[in-house]
Amino acid sequence: MADHSHGAEGAHPTWSTYWKVALFLTVITIVEVWAYYIPALVESAIFVPSLLIMSAVKFVVVVMFYMHLKYDHKLFRALFTGPLILAALTLIALLFLFSKLVVRLGVGG
Amino acid sequence: MTATTAPHAADAHAHGGGHHTSLGLDNRKIAIWTFIGSECMLFASLISTYLIYKGRSPEGPYPHEAWTNPATGEVFKPILNIPVTSASTFVLLMSSLAMVLALAAVQNKHVPKRTRGEEILGSSKLWLWTTCLLGLGFLGFQAYEFTSFIHEGLSIRTNLFGSSFFTLTGFHGAHVTAGVLWLATLLAIDYKRGLGPQDALLVDIAALYWHFVDVVWIVIFTLVYLIQ
Repeated sequence: MADHSHGAEGAHPTWSTYWKVALFLTVITIVEVWAYYIPALVESAIFVPSLLIMSAVKFVVVVMFYMHLKYDHKLFRALFTGPLILAALTLIALLFLFSKLVVRLGVGG
Repeated sequence: MTATTAPHAADAHAHGGGHHTSLGLDNRKIAIWTFIGSECMLFASLISTYLIYKGRSPEGPYPHEAWTNPATGEVFKPILNIPVTSASTFVLLMSSLAMVLALAAVQNKHVPKRTRGEEILGSSKLWLWTTCLLGLGFLGFQAYEFTSFIHEGLSIRTNLFGSSFFTLTGFHGAHVTAGVLWLATLLAIDYKRGLGPQDALLVDIAALYWHFVDVVWIVIFTLVYLIQ
């Protein structure tokens, strides 16, 4: 029988949840594309962070609800998030290494 | 059709061919999650390469800016076609919806259907076909995009942007192609003997791969197409 003693596995979402998630993903995608076509927003400092946040939200929602990671065993979460974090840190490190990201330190005096 | 409530582990145990670890988990599901983890590393390296080379091409065409060839005076417009890519992104997102509905239909195959509508919406063939066709639609958009880029003067050999762009999106397209072929085999099984709850794990593993391809595209769409 299914082993639920690990406490991380449960029921899958309902059909209505799947449709709501699809609607949510569609709305975020529309907002992303809409933002792309507003020159003032594109030139503002919040454009890139807001796109990254919206993309991250879509990513997490698909992983949690469509890939059922929210309802699945903790081991699967570890198998996915471990390499994902490693991949993200590698990407960020490479961007720093090649001067695509720069940390500006304050200079005294 | 209201609920899909079969837990994954129950699917795994119901499936006769499965082998289980001491955690009670099917080793094939552990394998697909491990594979997906390794794929994260692959795509991170490809995305890193794209971002590092972004803006370092001495010659155009460029993704978001027009460029005039100083030798010929030929003007190249920004190469990326955001409306087309937005449509293909929507198609891929909807394919993920169809995929979870296919899995739900397989898990609930034996749940009595009260109406003709429930019977149709509970058909795994319908949702597998939908997923396959949407996947093919996405590949069609990509083929159109690649073809138009080549006609506009950007190939994999033109500049750093072309090399890293075609490599990244080409690898993703190859993954989508593999996913469509995988779904086609599931459809063939469904037509041959019918997919039921005992096969839920098979469909679940294919679905995990398909959703992963979708989440990779979510990242690519933002980093490559929308951020200028």
